[in-house]
Parts: sequence; C-alpha cells; structure tokens
Amino acid sequence: MIYEVIVAGKTHRLELEATASGGWQCRLDGQTVEIDALIPRRDVLSLLVNGRSYEVKREKTATDLHMWVGSSRFAVELRDPRSLRSRLHAAANDKGPKKIVAPMPGRIVRVLVEEGSEVLAGQGLVVVEAMKMQNEIKSPKKGIVKKISATVGAAVNPGDVLGIVE
Amino acid sequence: MFKKVLIANRGEIAVRIIRACREMGIATVAVYSDVDRGALHVRKSDEAYLIGPAPAAESYLRVDKILDAAKRSGAEAIHPGYGFLSENANFAQGCADAGIKFIGPTPHSMRLMGSKTSARQQMEKAGVPFVPGTSRGLISWEEGEEVAERIGYPIMLKASAGGGGKGMRLVASRQELRSALESARSEAQRSFGDSEVYIEKAILNPRHIEMQVLADEHGNTVWLGERECSIQRRHQKVLEEAPSPMVDPDMRRRMGEVAVKVAQAAAYTNAGTVEFLVDPQKNFYFLEMNTRLQVEHPVTELTTGFDLVHLQLRIAAGEKLPYAQSDVKVRGHAIECRIYAEDPDNNYFPSPGKITVLLQPSGPGIRRDSGMYEGWMVPVDYDPLLAKLIGFGTDREQAIMRLRRALYEYFVAGIKTNISLFQRILGDTDFQAARVDTGFLDRMLAKANPSVTSAAPEEEIKVLEAIAAIAAGMFAVLDPTLLPGQSGSASGTNSGLAPESRWKQAGRSETLR
Repeated sequence: MIYEVIVAGKTHRLELEATASGGWQCRLDGQTVEIDALIPRRDVLSLLVNGRSYEVKREKTATDLHMWVGSSRFAVELRDPRSLRSRLHAAANDKGPKKIVAPMPGRIVRVLVEEGSEVLAGQGLVVVEAMKMQNEIKSPKKGIVKKISATVGAAVNPGDVLGIVE
Repeated sequence: MFKKVLIANRGEIAVRIIRACREMGIATVAVYSDVDRGALHVRKSDEAYLIGPAPAAESYLRVDKILDAAKRSGAEAIHPGYGFLSENANFAQGCADAGIKFIGPTPHSMRLMGSKTSARQQMEKAGVPFVPGTSRGLISWEEGEEVAERIGYPIMLKASAGGGGKGMRLVASRQELRSALESARSEAQRSFGDSEVYIEKAILNPRHIEMQVLADEHGNTVWLGERECSIQRRHQKVLEEAPSPMVDPDMRRRMGEVAVKVAQAAAYTNAGTVEFLVDPQKNFYFLEMNTRLQVEHPVTELTTGFDLVHLQLRIAAGEKLPYAQSDVKVRGHAIECRIYAEDPDNNYFPSPGKITVLLQPSGPGIRRDSGMYEGWMVPVDYDPLLAKLIGFGTDREQAIMRLRRALYEYFVAGIKTNISLFQRILGDTDFQAARVDTGFLDRMLAKANPSVTSAAPEEEIKVLEAIAAIAAGMFAVLDPTLLPGQSGSASGTNSGLAPESRWKQAGRSETLR
C-alpha cells in the first residue's frame, strides 16, 4: 500500500507492507521501521514501534479527519496517489466550482447572498444556527454564486450542500 | 425530607441532581422534550414526563407544563438546576402558588438580584464594596458624561437586565461615549426588552472570583470558599478552580464575610454565589449574585467535602444548616474543565451530532459529571455542555497533573469537543504559574497553530507527527470504513475531494458498518 499523508500541512509518503511474522514493514519518507498494529476497538489503534507503545485515536467527521497520538491532536489528510480522483483534485485546487457544505447540523437562519452575485473569499454566504449560536458559512474563494440551495428555516446535516461558488 | 422531587432540567446537571436524590432515598421525576427521549436524565430517573417539542421555549421553559408534570407525579419539590427556569422568579412564585417547594431562594430574593441596578442599590445600602459607577439607569447622555468624568475613563456601559456580554460596551474616552451609549441601549432593548443602561468604572484585565454561600431558612448563612473563574471565552466560563491561587486566608475571610452580608441583605436562602471582580491590587468589587447552583459547584464540593445538592435539599426541606462557619475548612485543590460540543477547528462553534466512540477517564482524584453516552445524538437545540471533568489533588500542581492524565484518557468521536483546548490551557506556563485574568484564553488562542494541538516539546512533536502519519495509513489498511480519498482535511475547503462525493462515500461507508 502506498499513501500520501498530509499531517499538519506537511506531505509524507507512506508505504505499508505486511510481513511474514504478522507485523508491518513501514517506510515513511524513505525511513523504514517495523511496526505492530492492532485495532482493539473502533477508531482506536494500538501501535508498537521498536518497543514504544502508542495509542492513536481517530476523530472523523463529515468534513475532516484528526489523529490523536496520546494528548496531541493532528489534522490529517490521506490520499491514495494512484487514485485518479486524488490526482485531479490535488491539481484542481482553487479552480472550478466549489460546493459550500454545512460543517455541523443545525438550522438555516439567514441567506446573505443571492444567486449570481459576486463574492470575495471569506465572505459570509449563509448563517447556520446550532446550540443557540449562529455561524456564518464563508465562501472558500472569490467568484460568482452559482447556486444557493439553502432555504431559511430548513434543518441541515453535516456535509449537506448549501450552495456553489464558481 | 421530601419523598419525590422533580428536576426541571436536562443534561449533566439533571443527572447530578438525580444522583443526589437517589443517595438520599428520594424518588426522582424527569421532564423531557421530544428530542431528549434517549437522554441520560430520562434513563436514570424513576419517572419521566414528556413536556413538549425540542425548542426550550416550548418545553424546558414552559412553567405550566412543568407544574403539570409535578402535580401528575405527586412531586413535593422542584429542583431547577442551572439555566432554563432556575433564575426565573415567576417560576419560583408559580411553584409556591401550586404548593410545591422550589429548591432555591424566594421569588423576592431572585427579583432583587435579577436586576443589576436594583442589586447595586441594595448593596450600596448594606455597605458592600462594588465597582464605582451609577446604581440607576442613565437618564441622558449628559448625565453619562458627567458620571464618566467623575469616576474616570475607561468606563463600562452595562445593561441593567444584562448577561452574556449583551448590551455591554467598553468606552475609552469621552469621544466614544455617545455612540457607545446608543448602541448599548439598542442592543439591550433587542436582547432583554429593556434599554436601561448604567455606568461602571472599567477594570482592565480583572480576575473573576466568586464566593459560594449557603443559607438556611432559620437565619444561618455560611460561606464555603471562593472559585477562580477567569478562564473565559465569549464571556462564558471554560475552566474554574478552587481555591483561587491569588486569594490568601485573610482575603478569603474578608470576601466570605462580604458575601454573607450580600446574602443577608437580600434575605437569601439556599445555595447562591456572589461574584466579584478582582483587580491586580487584590481589591474586590461586588459584581452580581447568582441565585442558583452553579455549573462549577463541584470544585467547592471537593475542597470543602460538602455535597451542595444534599444541602440544598435539606435546606429546602426546612432543616437547619448542619455546619457552622468554623466547620468550613478549605483543603486541597480542585480544577474543573467544561467539556463542550465545540469545534476547535471552526472557532469553537457548537458541534452537535452522534457520539460514535466515547472513552472516559477515571482513577485517583478524578470526578466526571457527564450527560453523554456512546451512541447518543447530541441535539442541536440546547447548550453545548456535555460533561465536566474535575481533578482534585493535595495542591494545585497535583490537580493539574491528574487532569492532564485524565484528559489523555478522554476521547470522543463522531462530534468535535474542546478536550484538546484543556491540554493547551493546563500545559501553558502562564496558567501553571497562575498568571491568569479574563483575557488569558483569547491571548492563548491567538498564538496557536490550528492544525496541531500539543503540549509536547518541538522535537517530540516531529516523532508524534510521524506516528500520526503511520496510524492514518494503518487505519485505512486495517479498517475499511475509511478508504483513501474519503478523508477530509484540516480546513475542509481545500480537501482532496469535492464535498459531494465525500458525502456520498461517507453514506456508502455508513451502510458497510
């Protein structure tokens, strides 16, 4: 297995290969270590590396992924470099249409822009209320609002598409 | 003693009160809204009554429905917890009219303390030190200018009916006063339906320290020591401790005596808290009185050995306070972390949803008051407080060590929580040296790297990053619920995949589970 792993903004190349003894041969950025890995329960990984024991927990939501190594928490992104989709998106970056998604469940309380209007990166598009607080969902890029699918009063779930900016 | 008590609340505090009742052999009645059928307080109580739909205004804030549930169940008393109806004098009056004991002060004391200006007038009479300013609402801009000139800038404009930072303005100079007064007034009108605003001298970088009091219905009032609550965000407390590192025994006694004077001036009964602002010279000023049990009451319980909810029930049942002031000894150190459903990657915005994994700490010196469980759906409709983790030690240093160890064991998945924030606070050198004030948390967050939260030294973080990278790969290999390309990114906007396809894949992987 070959992965591209981005940890806290830095990209690493990771190769994992099962060994005959039941462990894993792990090559990270060219350095090789032998590891023993076990998932004792969902989202918990026990890693033994040269006698060192690490408990790693996986925090996954609709919008992002974090690894907890002990008390330290890292934003992580995992890609399979052979996947066409991964390559396309790595290249696409800020170009093309961007979907605006709800990062948490809540209710739409206001729509701040109209379809066809011009917006700046970071400009508020839609206001979602959850747990007595209002959160402005901001535009990820400068462009034109192609579509607004959010309607005032509607309930949303994490990952729901609220609109598109191109 | 009561045979049956209704708890007009939800979440961790309802569970905490149910526990006290069970310990004392009192039957419990829970009330719940449509979305709280599966909540822990409903599962833990002896009886439970549905009181309406999810919005609090249609359920937990409905006096008529709660009183109806009390009558149907035959409950003799109601504990309001904190928030919701706990400081609503009309609710306390409604209970009295219905012949049900309200576990808290009288409606009269609540009304007196409910308005900040009337509380100031009362305290002025009683000779309690408070922040210089006016004790009445401002009539005109000219009057405001005259008062501000007399007490000196910077000044603070505050709404009489205020709370939560609404209707509050810091004014540095005369030029700013007029527009600040107008905007504070209109914000107060919008938030509280009352535009009355008064002036206080601004105390810059104050500490927020409060004193717990208990008063029975026979005229006995005692103080139980202070709590330091300076670690705040958006005027919301995040971490509290007892005792305060800046308070010495003499200052504690003086604050305690003032707090007792405040309570007596308001003919106060049951548990209450007197809040003070403390300046760097250790002068303390009366701020307000909270006429209810506080979220942070466990730190006082651990350092005094008293169970405040037991005592609230005994006082409400007409018993005399079983302790005199001389029986109160503050011992050891306790710190509380408020675990909120908040997203540290999105400016600590609330993060409700389903809890998929929950690993909870225990062990020496750890108390956990929690309202959550694995598999529970945290509703979008209420306050984001999930649980409180409290560490106790012989001194502050040990309390910090125990909490950091317990936080290391604590893990919640499915939703985001602020657990990582506490590792940062407790690992901060200024916090460890007790150099804190109400601006501490905003300053700490301003210097943070959002994609890594760690108290580990620089070179160790590199190793941990490598472990995180390996672990991400191992999860993908060993656990097919997370396939490559399905992962997110730190910001969510520049991720490797368009949100919709990620959403589709997440949906697909849900069905695989």
